Parts: sequence; C-alpha cells; structure tokens
Amino acid sequence: MVQTMTDLPARTSRRLGLVIDLDTCVGCQACAVACKQWNEAGAFGPLPDDDAYGREPLGVWFNRVHSYEIEPDPGAPEGTRHGMTVHFPRSCLHCEDAACVTVCPTGASYKRAEDGIVLVDADKCIGCKLCSWACPYGAREYGETRGVMQKCTLCVDRIYDEGLAPDERQPACVLACPSRARHFGDLGDPHSTVSRLVAERDGYDLMPELGYRPTNKYLPPRPRRAGGGCASATSDGETLRADDLPPLLRWMDRLLSR
Amino acid sequence: MHPTLSVIAFTTLAGTGYGLWFLTGLRLLTVTQVDLAGGRAGLLAMLLAGAVLTTAGLLASLAHLGQPQRAWRALSQWRSSWLSREGIAALACFPFALAAGWLVWTGTGSMAALHAGGAVLAALALITVYCTARIYTTLRTIRAWHNRYVLPGYLLLGLHGGTLCAWLLAATGLDMGLGTRALAALVVLTGTAVPLFKHAYWRFLDGGRHPASPESATGLGRHGRVRAFEAPHTEANFVTREMGFVLARRHAARLRHAVLVLGGGVPLLAALTGLAAPALALPAAGVATFSGLVGIFVERWLLFAEARHAVMLYYGAARA
Repeated sequence: MVQTMTDLPARTSRRLGLVIDLDTCVGCQACAVACKQWNEAGAFGPLPDDDAYGREPLGVWFNRVHSYEIEPDPGAPEGTRHGMTVHFPRSCLHCEDAACVTVCPTGASYKRAEDGIVLVDADKCIGCKLCSWACPYGAREYGETRGVMQKCTLCVDRIYDEGLAPDERQPACVLACPSRARHFGDLGDPHSTVSRLVAERDGYDLMPELGYRPTNKYLPPRPRRAGGGCASATSDGETLRADDLPPLLRWMDRLLSR
Repeated sequence: MHPTLSVIAFTTLAGTGYGLWFLTGLRLLTVTQVDLAGGRAGLLAMLLAGAVLTTAGLLASLAHLGQPQRAWRALSQWRSSWLSREGIAALACFPFALAAGWLVWTGTGSMAALHAGGAVLAALALITVYCTARIYTTLRTIRAWHNRYVLPGYLLLGLHGGTLCAWLLAATGLDMGLGTRALAALVVLTGTAVPLFKHAYWRFLDGGRHPASPESATGLGRHGRVRAFEAPHTEANFVTREMGFVLARRHAARLRHAVLVLGGGVPLLAALTGLAAPALALPAAGVATFSGLVGIFVERWLLFAEARHAVMLYYGAARA
C-alpha cells in the first residue's frame, strides 16, 4: 500500500512487534551487534559510522542496551528488600500512536497499515530531525553521512523473505539473543505466543503516561531469591541452599549443623 | 535540547519578519489613495524589510536539513504535520506581499484589492507563526514546549520584533501612516509584556517536572528507585548530543536576565525616551531594535537549551 500522507492508519490488521524479557536479558549486546550487522547491508541502506576508528566514533545503532540499578523501596516487606541490576535493551517500539510519523513534514515516515511497522523512506527524508524530538524512546537516530533519519525496521527485509528458512524469518536481534530474552510476533492477536507471554508475565508499556501506545512490551524481572531464610553462610563466605539439596544430604547438613 | 544555530536564526528572523508583515497587512486594511500618495515609500519599505527577514529566516532553516535539496517535500503533509503547514503558510505569504507591493507601487489599482491583500497577508503571517509554535507545543516529550505558554510566547515575540522594526523604519522618516509615536507606544506595550510573560513562563518551567520518570521509562518502578548503572555506549551518540544539552541550565539565571534586559527592558526605556524626546527617536529606535532582536535571539536559544527531553531519562537524568 502506498502511503501518501503521514496520517496514521485508523487500525492495522496485525501489530508486529517484540516482547523483551528483562528477567533473562544478560546484557551481552548480541542483539545490538546482530542488528547493526544485518542492517548495515539491509534493504534500507547502510548504517554508517563517522570517525569509526578515530577518537570520537559516532554511528547509528537501532538497539542500545542500558543497565539500571534498582534501589529497593525502604518500606518494602522483609525478604523483598534487595537491590538488583537489570539489563535493558531499548529500540523502536512501533507505537500505535506514533508521533514521529505524524510530525513528519515529507511523508518519509509512515506506519504500515498491514502490520503496524514504522518505517522511514530514506529517499524522501529531508533530515529535519523533528521525528527524533517527538520520540520519547530515542528510537530514531540521524545518520550524519546519509543526511537522513534511520530507525529499526523490525527487519522487514527478513521477516517476509521466503528465501529464508521459516525459523529464520525473524528480526536479527531475536535470532541472535543467546538467552531468548527477545520474542517476535503479532501483538494484535491475543492467541499469539507473544500475547500469551505478555498476559502470563504481566508485560507492560514504557512511559504509558505519554499515550503513544507502544506495540513492543517488556516483561518484568522475576523476584530475585534473597539471602534471608533459604540460604546460610559458611565460615568462608560461601552460601549453601540447604532446601535445594537431596533429602539425604539435607539430613546430613542438619545433623552436622547441630 | 541542542540549540541549533540555524533553527534559532530561523525563528528569530522569520518570527520578526512575519510580525512585520502582520503589522503591514493590518495597515493596508485601511489605506487610502491619499495615504498612498505620501506614504508609498514607507509601505514598500515595510513589505521589503519583511521579505528580507522572512527569506533570510527560511534560508537559515534550510541549513538545518540533512537533505536541503528535497525541502520541497516538506510542503506535502499538511494533513498531519505542523511543520508542513508552517512551510505552506510561510511561502503563501510571498505572493500576497508581492501583489500588495505592486498595488502600492503603481498606486492605480482598486483600494478594495489592496485592503483584501492586506487582510490575507496579516492572516497568513499570523497563521505562519501560529504553526511554528504548534510544532513545539505538540511535542509531549518536552515539558518546556508542551504547555500553554509557548504559543502566546511565539506570537508575542513575533509582534515585539515586528513592532521594533516598524518603529525603526518610521523613525528614519519614512511615512507609512502608522506614526512614529504610535509605534513607540506599541513598543512600550510589547516591551512590558515580554518580560512579564517570560517571567510567568520560567515560573512554570521551574515549578514542575515532566510526567515521565526513570521508573516509568523503564517500567521498573515497581521494584524500587531506578538509577542508570551502565550506559549502552562509551561515546556520545545522536540522541545524547541532540537531546542532552546541559550547558544552558548551568548559566540559566544570567541568560534569563539577558532576555529580560535586552529583550524587554532596553526597548521599553528606548521607546519611552523616543516618546519623551522625539528628536532622539532614531537613535532610540536603533538601540531598541538591535537590543530587542539580540534579546529575542537569546530567548529562542534558551527555549531550546533549557528544554529537557524525556529520552534523557534512559541516560541517567533523574527528571525530564
């Protein structure tokens, strides 16, 4: 379908997107690297770097993996009061109400009616950068060398490629993830694997208060096992989980602990 | 937000130019054959000065683009994009300004046509600045722009700059039928309104924060307070350069004083001087216009430089 205006489609028949599991992400950056590698040679043209081997390398990446430290609420109940670090991959969320599309003055930015993917036509973009101002998720980066805005395509040049084996018709970041923290599918279909994951694991939207209605969802980290109660320290600082031992060894541990 | 020189120059110059065209259009509404006989040069000077300022502004804005040769494409998305609407309105002013200039120059056409041309020019100039402001006010990502102060601010500063230029033209002895004293009196009004208005805006800006937080940006608020632990990259990237500008907030107090004094105070005092001592009108108007435009430039720079963008919550900003 040819888009003539940067109006958003009234509804999209499918809502393709990602579900990112913050419980299992190990922050290895494989998604970011696989994305860069695939898209560097992808259908939307290269993702050039400026001064790649110089003092201040700068380049376009569609995936950025942050790490956050969580300081527990002092009022939290005993046993849940422990800090943690969470690895946090950030990329385009292919919003339902994509402000980056409606602000575009040229028609270069559009949201596809058939699957909801938000794309930039690099041949129409004038590089005014307004879409990057409109996006709270930092999904759009300006390519200095090409003079246009670039963003995640959800690997639209992979997922429909019938030359690839069916299992490989997924975004490069999803295929590369070693801990299966990234899942791809139709979030508009309540029976899809990704929709069931979101329902089971209490998946959520980023910055819901801004009202952009992102398609991609994040799954929260599961409660971490805390020290108190289920583990005891040995004299040299090692911990032993007695509950996880087979019954015979657990009995022996109890006997020797007297 | 990174204050890009081309965008600041555009909003300063074009805002002033469309302000001047707005006043010119209003003046043409009631123009008569008798006015034209004496005030042809003055009206043409206003139209021409407006054209120079708006053209310079529009050319400056092209410098912001990565692919300026495709700028014509920006006129296509009037149905959804305020930037597109701004471009159309900005260019639509030119044929009307040109037609009005031709009617003033020949002095033979019907006055009704000139009145109509003036009305359209004033309306389109107003619509252009309105669209410029709406580009900013629709961005929910930036609290400094997405509020009820920014739109009237753009209109007020456009009128202020346009009035200063019109006063300067009148003070040089050109008769456009508006009167040097009347324009000086208008500068007294806008020169008073600008500092009061900016003060109210800054009170709003300092008195609250963006609804998003590091907790809502990551969705991890249910587990506790969220702090950035490791950035995804060691060097800057486009996002941190464009949205993560902190210099201005460090020097905000001084720069705000510069806006109040240069943008409002100096033009106000100069206009009062011009009213009290008509002999001093020209130097007073010269100082007021120069100082006022510098003040508007600093204000536009600050409007960008002080603005915090929600995306920086991902990069360790405690608030947006």
